[in-house]
Amino acid sequence: MSDATFIEYVVFFAASVMVLGGAIGVIAFRNPVHSALGLVLTLFGVAVHFVAQEAHFLAAVQVIVYAGAIVVLFLFVIMLLGVDKAQDLSIEPIPIQRPLAGVMAVGLFGLVLAAIVRSGDAIGSIALQPIDPVTREPIGLETASQTGNHDANIESLARNLYTDHVFAFELTSVLLIVAVAGTVLLTRRWPKGVGEDLGDEASTATSSRSGSGS
Amino acid sequence: MIAAIEPTWYLTLAALLFSIGAFGLLVRRNPLVMFMCIELMLNAANLTFVALATQLGDINGQTAVFFVLVVAAAEVVVGLGIIVSILRRRPGATADDLVELKG
Repeated sequence: MSDATFIEYVVFFAASVMVLGGAIGVIAFRNPVHSALGLVLTLFGVAVHFVAQEAHFLAAVQVIVYAGAIVVLFLFVIMLLGVDKAQDLSIEPIPIQRPLAGVMAVGLFGLVLAAIVRSGDAIGSIALQPIDPVTREPIGLETASQTGNHDANIESLARNLYTDHVFAFELTSVLLIVAVAGTVLLTRRWPKGVGEDLGDEASTATSSRSGSGS
Repeated sequence: MIAAIEPTWYLTLAALLFSIGAFGLLVRRNPLVMFMCIELMLNAANLTFVALATQLGDINGQTAVFFVLVVAAAEVVVGLGIIVSILRRRPGATADDLVELKG
């Protein structure tokens, strides 16, 4: 189990430096654009970790969805709103907040680390090849390095997604539709007088929108 | 065994990433940067999921990460919509300016 090769350690530490450096960059950079670029570094590092654990599909999705779509969305909003200016981080309205946050973060890390150390042996000793209770055949993660099938990760993930979790998968489409519709409604500028002849819903939205305005 | 790196290392890294994200969420005042810190914390959870899925040989962990990705995308869209509509009214607003939650 501890027969990691040298190159695996190199990959692990390089990707970890990417992850942690990007994360510290996100919270330390004054300019939100630089924070977004630090977030990209972190997401790429996490994708490298996914590849190292043979979660190839998730690594691809991580790069496409997170580093591609979500960060671009962040950058769009930053540029669109014109908040891409450096902010003075030394201004702190509540003086005790930073020490308290530091104590909280260190305490949280310490607690989780204690849990990891306590359960480390248990995690390592769990049978690596679980047995299917019905067919008595070993089940588990089919990986490219074990089976020689380069699509093994995608195939097993797709089989799991479209059989066991198909209902949740369909529900995510509802979630995405609701999110998109809600965002369009939320960010739309409603001109005065528009929508009053379009029916009850549009005029209600208009009146509530203009009513909540200052 | 796939990953020869011990899973506890991945879990430790994820804990560190989550702590950094939580610290940033509490410290930063810019709502956009606070959102990025939430993304950091979500990624820490994803890393934990994948590490344990690999260790336990269970593909369900990777499926959970897939759903986390979808929910994170939806969450970012809605959150950025709210931030856009807030900052459009009050340019340069920080999280402290939103205590009264009036437009």
